[in-house]
Amino acid sequence: MPDTPRPLPADLVSWIQRHQTQILDDWMTELLASPRTRLDLIDEMALRQESKEFLAVFLTALGNADDRETSPWEPVQAILDELSRARDEAGFSPTETATFVLSLKHPLVMRLTRDYESQGSLEEEVWNLKNTLDWLGLYTTEVYQKRREATIRQQQEEMEELSTPVVKVWDGILALPLVGTLDTRRSQMVTESLLDAIAASGSEIAIIDLTGVPAIDTRMAQHLIRTVAAARLMGASCILSGIRPQIAQTIVHLKIQLGDIKTEATLAAALKSAFRQAGLKLVGSE
Amino acid sequence: MMERIAIARINNCLLVTIQVDMHDKLALALREDLGEKLVETHSSGVLLDISSLDTLDTFIARVLAGIGSMARLLGAETVLVGMRPAVAMTLVELGLTLEGVHTALDVERGLAMLSRAKA
Repeated sequence: MPDTPRPLPADLVSWIQRHQTQILDDWMTELLASPRTRLDLIDEMALRQESKEFLAVFLTALGNADDRETSPWEPVQAILDELSRARDEAGFSPTETATFVLSLKHPLVMRLTRDYESQGSLEEEVWNLKNTLDWLGLYTTEVYQKRREATIRQQQEEMEELSTPVVKVWDGILALPLVGTLDTRRSQMVTESLLDAIAASGSEIAIIDLTGVPAIDTRMAQHLIRTVAAARLMGASCILSGIRPQIAQTIVHLKIQLGDIKTEATLAAALKSAFRQAGLKLVGSE
Repeated sequence: MMERIAIARINNCLLVTIQVDMHDKLALALREDLGEKLVETHSSGVLLDISSLDTLDTFIARVLAGIGSMARLLGAETVLVGMRPAVAMTLVELGLTLEGVHTALDVERGLAMLSRAKA
């Protein structure tokens, strides 16, 4: 967050506060004339209410010096948090929301330069006011972005949770059904959860099932080979299963050396092979 | 007198449980001691239990691999036992897959593996 704006001189702020109603009217005229106000998404009454609240809080913050523990801008930001959220949900674009704040600049500055009788030059204060509103306008887009990022992160986490289940299929036999593609981050997680499961359950055999993997590239193959190598270092052996014919062709085509990693066509075949390896025999009942 | 890692003999196998932080000199001393002990006892297997190590640098890993090769020359198989997940991942990242040595999840399974190999 940028530094909070410098406070304005008290007499200037109180002058603006006295002219609050006129400024609000000017602002509303300005808003109603702009297509970015999106009157299809918000009605005039609600807009007026929002504008009024924002203006009041904004002016209070303007007058307060930044000498307390908490910033005087916190209430303004709180209002903008809520406003951005509500507008995002209603379907406003970030630009449209920012424009709402930025459009206050014109009526405010106009009113000041026309009617305020000052001894010195107003230029510095006008500049400061504009900067402050720019800062708040940017803040609304930041709120948007944070919301988006939070959503993306949450979905990513959910996807990761969903996609790395290590299941125990028999005593001493684990299965890891992979779904989707493995990037570096995910493959790290997959490897980690598989190795931890091996250590925790003392399983000697792990089946990595690729039925849900649509395509494979050299990098992903490399990750798989590493996972198998790490499992071997711990004393467990891995079986790859469910490689689709297209993927098998890709592996051959890319000249990926799977080395002596055991592979089976289906999960069932891999399980059978694992039974054999563990010295188990399937016996049908009479 | 430098500290040394104890080597125990069970079932015609040499069991080495590494419980201290391995430093380079200690690893080299272990390799030397193991060589002598193998010749002396005619053991057919070496079990290296590293389950209490949570780090393993490349030098130590190479020494362990070297122990495997050396033991094979002296007629014994080596099983590395109980490597932790994090250690395994790090070694693989470093490209050290220790192809020459066998691995097992714990001492019990390592011993079983060695007795199977003997049979």
